[in-house]
Amino acid sequence: MRTAWFVALALIAAVAAAPASAQVSDGVVKIGVMNDQSGTYADISGQGSVVAARMAVEDSGITKKGTKVEVIFADHLNKPDVGSQIARQWYDAEKVDVIVDVPTSSVALAINQITRDKGKAFLVSGAAASDLTGKACSPNTIHWTYDTWALANGTGSAVVKTGGDTWFFLTADYAFGHALERDTEAVVLKSGGKVLGKVRHPFPTSDFSSFLLQAQASKAKIIGLANAGADTINAIKQGAEFGIVRGGQQFAGLLVFISDVHALSLERAQGLVLTEAFYWDLNDRTRAWSKRFAAQHHGAMPTMVQAGVYSAVLHYLKAVDALKSDDGTKVIAKMKEMPTDDALFGKGTVRADGRKIHPMYLFEVKKPSESKGAWDYYKVRATIPAEQAFRPLDQGECPLAKK
Amino acid sequence: MPTQALFGQLLIGLINGAFYAMLSLGLSVIFGLLNIINFSHGAQYMMGAFVAYFCLQWAGLGYWWALLVAPLVVGTIGIVLERTMLKRLYHLDHLYGLLLTFGLALVIQGIFRNEFGSSGLPYGAPALLTGGYNLGFMFLPTYRAWVVLFSLAVCLATWYVIERTKLGSYLRAATENPTLVQAFGINVPRMITLTYGFGVGLAALAGVLAAPIYQVNPLMGADLIIVVFAVVVIGGLGSIMGSIVTGFGLGVVEGFTKVFYPEASNTVIFVIMALVLLVRPAGLFGRAS
Repeated sequence: MRTAWFVALALIAAVAAAPASAQVSDGVVKIGVMNDQSGTYADISGQGSVVAARMAVEDSGITKKGTKVEVIFADHLNKPDVGSQIARQWYDAEKVDVIVDVPTSSVALAINQITRDKGKAFLVSGAAASDLTGKACSPNTIHWTYDTWALANGTGSAVVKTGGDTWFFLTADYAFGHALERDTEAVVLKSGGKVLGKVRHPFPTSDFSSFLLQAQASKAKIIGLANAGADTINAIKQGAEFGIVRGGQQFAGLLVFISDVHALSLERAQGLVLTEAFYWDLNDRTRAWSKRFAAQHHGAMPTMVQAGVYSAVLHYLKAVDALKSDDGTKVIAKMKEMPTDDALFGKGTVRADGRKIHPMYLFEVKKPSESKGAWDYYKVRATIPAEQAFRPLDQGECPLAKK
Repeated sequence: MPTQALFGQLLIGLINGAFYAMLSLGLSVIFGLLNIINFSHGAQYMMGAFVAYFCLQWAGLGYWWALLVAPLVVGTIGIVLERTMLKRLYHLDHLYGLLLTFGLALVIQGIFRNEFGSSGLPYGAPALLTGGYNLGFMFLPTYRAWVVLFSLAVCLATWYVIERTKLGSYLRAATENPTLVQAFGINVPRMITLTYGFGVGLAALAGVLAAPIYQVNPLMGADLIIVVFAVVVIGGLGSIMGSIVTGFGLGVVEGFTKVFYPEASNTVIFVIMALVLLVRPAGLFGRAS
């Protein structure tokens, strides 16, 4: 049952015995990985994100220089009230300096505000709502891996360009789904397409048959899935059953992770076009890192969320090291000042509104005959260069960008 | 909304209702005869789906075998559970059985999630049941039609055995007065054990039916069990026919909600539950004791 009422807290990395420098609060940099450890988003983030954070601590080499780093984690059950309560406890009682990951946009938006009030640091990898660097942007938050605007811009425009000009949305009924639907609708309309209808389904939903019938009746060419995780998997699987694709309609998975493709099997997922910020098989450096990761995570390759956690924590520790301080507001400012560089996302920057900038990729899921084995799932259809991948700074209504 | 499309939604509602009916039936049988509120029913449903998956992966046994094997395997696990743990709780308040089975459900689901992740595993429908029929007003997948017919048959057979046969009359008598029934030379504890195994087997059977529709997912039962309990409460705890009728009926109500106000489709059953409890605290088909 998901209502596990306890919060699984664990002490993982408490290395280096040397006394820490005086300006790191209470002598230790404490990183709190908060995500879904037990529910529908657990494979996307979950323990894998904790593994990634731990790897970043190791690779940063900061502990060898005498700074103590600790990684703890908790399960927010995808509920904003649970997440807020953990965040407050972490900041106030447990002296956590930075919260990382936090899939489920409704939870991330709540923690975004708490972090700002407490002057701590928040590195978002799992959540998608582009509001985090828009109206809700904060000097204490960096949105690292991807957002709804980037997904809409990648998948949405690619689909419209190849003739998918009428859309019907199946939308998860919470902040993330709404944001993804809004951003995709904007892209569809701008590219000359039309939106024929939409259904907002409860999160999570296991049976999509009723919604699929409505989508079928709309006669839209494209059924846009503005949901994620198990919801997307079930919608696609049941869509096959109801003959959606045979009837001439197509799915556009607006947020599909490699773990979803793995669960669906290539048989059912083949041909899906999707946008991601990371794939393990992009180049030698991503392959090497991903193999190290998989060895510590039941052989599963990293999702972009987990890769983003690594990259974000690594850059955070570089900034802490440069400043010799873990003051949240200062470290975030420093992170925006320093260029980013790591094995997974290459060189990049963090913008004034808190948006991390790097290329995005438009992938197509391989046919079973094209795949060489487990996890060999994507081929690159297009690389969206960093400067085009994210919403332009002046269009997000973020007050920080206006300075 | 054109009338034709409503037919489609009605049918979809019946299909989902078939799962509610089968699961609530198992719960009702167990509650009616053992007085145990079996909160691990969802986990047992999930285990049924996993057994189907294991059959295919490890033993090469397909769907039809799984329909037979999964209820037997999971039912046997249920019997062991009843013999070792549940039987110690019969003389205590309902709450203890509920807490034990709830705890077991958490443990079982936790173990499966840890081993198999939360995205689930793929499982396909057998070749004979793939494809579908174009009914004009909707496309009906063959597999869904099979689910409705099969579960209806199972539900009615169960009802018949319990309400209309000699074995059923022993069972019902044993719940009313176990001491007296035992005096007639009937082995009541064994009968109760087998009944629990049967109820659990029903859950596993529903799990196998669900595997080709949903993912084989460690959390599939957790999502469903709360709704199913609401169905049982609405139908009247322990009422066999009540749980079958309300199972199908609420599936239809939920289906229509998904058309007219989809945001509320997760809540509508609980609203009905609250209303029914206000008017008829024993449920629609329950006998007030």
